[in-house]
Amino acid sequence: MFAFIVQRLFQAIFVMLAVALVSFTLFQFVGDPINNMMGQDATEEQREALRERLGLNDPVPVQFLRFVGNTVQGEFGLSYRVGKPVSELIAERLPATLELVAVSAVLALVVGVPMGIYTGLKRYSVVSRLFLTVSLVGISLPTFLIGILLILIFGVWLGWLPTFGRGGTVDLGLWQTSFLTLQGWSHLILPSITLALFQLTLIMRLVRAEMLEVLRTDYIKFARARGLRNRAINYGHALKNTLVPVITIMGLQIGSLLAFSIITETVFQWPGMGLLILQGIQFVDIPVMSSYLVLVALFFVIINLTVDLLYYAVDPRLRIERGPAGH
Amino acid sequence: MTAGSEIRTISPGFGARVGDSLKRFFDSDVFYSFKRSPVTIIAFLVTVLLILGAALAPWIAPHNTNDVASLNLMDAFRPPVWESGGEPNFLLGTDDQGRGVLSSIMFGMQLSLLVGFASVLLAAAVGTILGLLSGYVGGRVDSVIMRIADVQLTFPAILIALLIDGIVGSLLPRAMHEEVKIYVLIVAIAASQWVNFARTVRGSTLVEKNKEYVQAARVIGVRPIAIMWRHVLPNVMGPVLVIATLSLALAILTEATLSFLGVGVPVTRPSLGTLIRIGNDFLFSGEWWMTIFPGLALVILVLSVNLLGDWLRDALNPKLR
Amino acid sequence: MRLRIGVAAAIAAVAAMAMTPHSDARAEKVFRYATTGDILGLDPHSNNEGPTNTMKGNIYGKMLHRLPDLSLEPDLAVSWEVIDPNRWRFKLREGVTFHNGNPFTADDVVYSFKRQTQETSDMAFALATVADVEKVDEYTVDLITKGPDPILLLNMPNFYIMDKEWTEENNAFEVVRGAGKTNYPNVNANGTGPFMVEEWVQDNRVVLVPFDGYHSNDKIMSNFDKAVFTPIGNDATRVAALLSGEIDLMYPVPLQDIKRLESDPNTQALEGPELRTIFLGYDQYRDELLDMPGSGKNPFKDPRVRQAFHQAIDIEAIKRVVMRGASTPTGLMVAPGINGFMEDMNDRQPYDPDNAKALLAEAGYPDGFPVTFDCPNDRYVNDEAICTAVVPMLERIGIDVTLNAQTKSLHFNKIGKAEDNNTSFFMLGWTPGSYDSLNPLMQLMTLGKPGHGDWNSGRYTNPRVEELTEEIKTELDPEKRAALIREAFQIHKDDFGHLPLHQQALAWGVRSDTVEEVVQRPFNDVDLRYVKLK
Repeated sequence: MFAFIVQRLFQAIFVMLAVALVSFTLFQFVGDPINNMMGQDATEEQREALRERLGLNDPVPVQFLRFVGNTVQGEFGLSYRVGKPVSELIAERLPATLELVAVSAVLALVVGVPMGIYTGLKRYSVVSRLFLTVSLVGISLPTFLIGILLILIFGVWLGWLPTFGRGGTVDLGLWQTSFLTLQGWSHLILPSITLALFQLTLIMRLVRAEMLEVLRTDYIKFARARGLRNRAINYGHALKNTLVPVITIMGLQIGSLLAFSIITETVFQWPGMGLLILQGIQFVDIPVMSSYLVLVALFFVIINLTVDLLYYAVDPRLRIERGPAGH
Repeated sequence: MTAGSEIRTISPGFGARVGDSLKRFFDSDVFYSFKRSPVTIIAFLVTVLLILGAALAPWIAPHNTNDVASLNLMDAFRPPVWESGGEPNFLLGTDDQGRGVLSSIMFGMQLSLLVGFASVLLAAAVGTILGLLSGYVGGRVDSVIMRIADVQLTFPAILIALLIDGIVGSLLPRAMHEEVKIYVLIVAIAASQWVNFARTVRGSTLVEKNKEYVQAARVIGVRPIAIMWRHVLPNVMGPVLVIATLSLALAILTEATLSFLGVGVPVTRPSLGTLIRIGNDFLFSGEWWMTIFPGLALVILVLSVNLLGDWLRDALNPKLR
Repeated sequence: MRLRIGVAAAIAAVAAMAMTPHSDARAEKVFRYATTGDILGLDPHSNNEGPTNTMKGNIYGKMLHRLPDLSLEPDLAVSWEVIDPNRWRFKLREGVTFHNGNPFTADDVVYSFKRQTQETSDMAFALATVADVEKVDEYTVDLITKGPDPILLLNMPNFYIMDKEWTEENNAFEVVRGAGKTNYPNVNANGTGPFMVEEWVQDNRVVLVPFDGYHSNDKIMSNFDKAVFTPIGNDATRVAALLSGEIDLMYPVPLQDIKRLESDPNTQALEGPELRTIFLGYDQYRDELLDMPGSGKNPFKDPRVRQAFHQAIDIEAIKRVVMRGASTPTGLMVAPGINGFMEDMNDRQPYDPDNAKALLAEAGYPDGFPVTFDCPNDRYVNDEAICTAVVPMLERIGIDVTLNAQTKSLHFNKIGKAEDNNTSFFMLGWTPGSYDSLNPLMQLMTLGKPGHGDWNSGRYTNPRVEELTEEIKTELDPEKRAALIREAFQIHKDDFGHLPLHQQALAWGVRSDTVEEVVQRPFNDVDLRYVKLK
């Protein structure tokens, strides 16, 4: 176990380096930050001087090494767009995104898993079919359209919920939270629904698919033969066995929630990481983009490690040593 | 044995596999279950209709919206024919450039289907193979594949598309840019999706490989590739199909989002997603037909493909019959 | 134990929230407004960008202030005289204090001049013609120009005055861009303007409160206790926020939504002309068009081809359909209100596709030619839609157009000097920062000297226009200068040097139930001095 974790930590460092390298190759194609940083009246000499000062004239490997060197020292640089330290920007934004992602993930799980179980157990009921069909409608419209429709209905027509931003946040020192005020929660509702919709559908369908499979397996049949009550079978045996793929997907989905939050945050002007990176891309804010990508890479490494550890916890069979099987 | 050679040796088997399935399909319970499910029949008919409509767009669409010279700005913003101000020439109204909405849906669907199916197929194939290898072989192969997946997941599709677009742009002559744009999209979207397949297949493979039947097969000396192909793969296809059908919607929508950020298909040849994106701006101002109709077309498409997928998944799974 | 403390803190926080309700807003008058993007920073000398400049104008004093009708009024300078052609003497306002209470003196002007003219300052352009600033006494300074400068005063609203003492205390003389340490004045502010910054949360809000010590508080009409500026990037969300009453004013209103705002009893749309001219440009420099490799030909070198493009574009259709009437078609490269604009020259060549075809044939391209059309899709009002509409118009005269619409970062990079003007046909928009025609002549219509033609991406040039521009730079007699500008514009027009399209309209959405009056200026921003709540 310990060796496994150490090994994964080494791999994590490799992943981060790879991400940083790919990022720097990428930045060559996003555009030139200088035109965004300097107004139309700046002279060509001023532009060239700025380019030189930012080190953009250096070869990519040099820029890459400089970035790695600075990052290792915890120095993420200044945002090209707003001239603030990137670490400060991220510290400001991270809570907003994490809270949004957390609420969406919980929403997707709390609604998606029971719906999946239900549609799995009652395959042919009308309600099951309704769930399956309606959830599909929800995901076949682009996130931005769903967001706007929700805003139009609940913000403009009904006037029940706010249309943008985070509203009342409470400052807990390093962390600005929406969880402690009603206003904060009211601002969370629409964006988290928008963000959760796809995950909810995916989880529901996945749980259903797994339930269907598991319910036909021999040991469930044995359990039935043994006269165990349906309830015990369904929840004690069947559900437990559906959890491996669900955990995989959930781990993945927390990651893609981060990615999806780019659009959701843009639509709702949610001051989180998604908005930061999108504006970063549009402005060619290289320090923001590279720090974001490295941070997200870190997230994935942690999430995947957790998922792998969870596998061990959920499914004892996986504890068998995973050696190269075919050699 | 390297990963590459394993993939190659797998390939010939796939055709046989598909052949098997088809044969089973026609003379068996699968076809029977198809006949018995009216929802599936409707979904099938609708899918075929949509695909035909898209494929035959150049011949049956009322207007050729790809022929830019034929567009007239004066036709813009016409409502559907049944609203006042509508014109029989444009059944579902026109958009902000004077394109007929019906015709642009047909042409747009063509593009969206191409991008959607191609990218999902690519992602599913790559993801499944890598997921199988990763889960079954384990060890270093697993680590390498999964770490590549980690790197991959970090990058939003937008950035991948920009990267591929940039590389293609600098490698190919200017005149070819527009033609390859669509392939750039397909590869970029597939790149952002294969990990979903790989990780899910890997997860299921880890479970399957320790089951009695796989261990039994191993004991009697069946080659690992054969085990993966014959025994593990069919058992992980359920989740793959679920993800694949959902990914189709996602792929089409990703394409719309990308075009919003300037790396999608050219606006002069809008896809279904692009049509929705453009129409989105006109939602508050009353020109609802510009969003609602393409949106409806997309919903119907995604819905029927997923219903078909559901049925296929259940029907192909011998245990569920 | 740790958990307990957390819970206790949370309960305390909730209790605190309950006791001091968050929305004590009703008691005070709060003006909330939104636009597409956040300000880039508070440092008055750092950035030169629309929303940022306006915010700086709310906070910092300048030598002169530009009124909504574009005329100039005294701000920190109360009077001025030219004592010899290269020396201007400005009398400064007495008794002015900065937000922190420091008195304003001539030293601050001298210091600000030095700070603003650093190479790293994006505002350096406004003082490019000034060689030095000399202190005469506590409330008098001399501006020494490099040569006779007819438009010195026009640049004075861009000369931002900082507090020398405060800036030096914070060790912030240097204007920092992107590298090195954080620039203190970029996140803190201390001006002499009518409003003080209370808080700036990046991409979230800028909160401003009135400065009681402002020297001309009797002249401004604002009556709010607090102004909250919020960036909302998404058009539809911004409209929704206004319709739901969460904000009092927002801009720009997407053109198609103007009707919607007008039909709502609580909102209205304010429209007016903007100073930005949107135009297309052609590559007249390369011997071979980028899209016709191997041909050895560049059709755009022939003025007949340029005229054909001009006449192929149905600008009225674009105005009516794409711009929903909210544009002013133009024949000139400058807008009404810009010094040098001449109404009688503002006509366009008539829309005439047949003649356009004939001109193409005459020029030797009866079957047209292929060209890539570079266009931004997130910069100007309906930019992508305009370009999309232009494509079929050109296709109809036989041009094979490939539209390349992309984000402004990529677009400006491609057409600008960064990629060596890698374009054959492009869209660009321009507002002269000085409100004078010299600026577009230098930046767009000439190539000659250093500092010229930075955005002349098609590299148009005409020897006579180059000569005239040099004369316009130093001609002090307004009438003679106007005649020179007229001649230069006429030549450029006859050459079809660019293809001017229109000035886009300003469109602001206002809550009529909370806002009493707001004055719209011909540039797209809100000066808080001119906002009055009910």
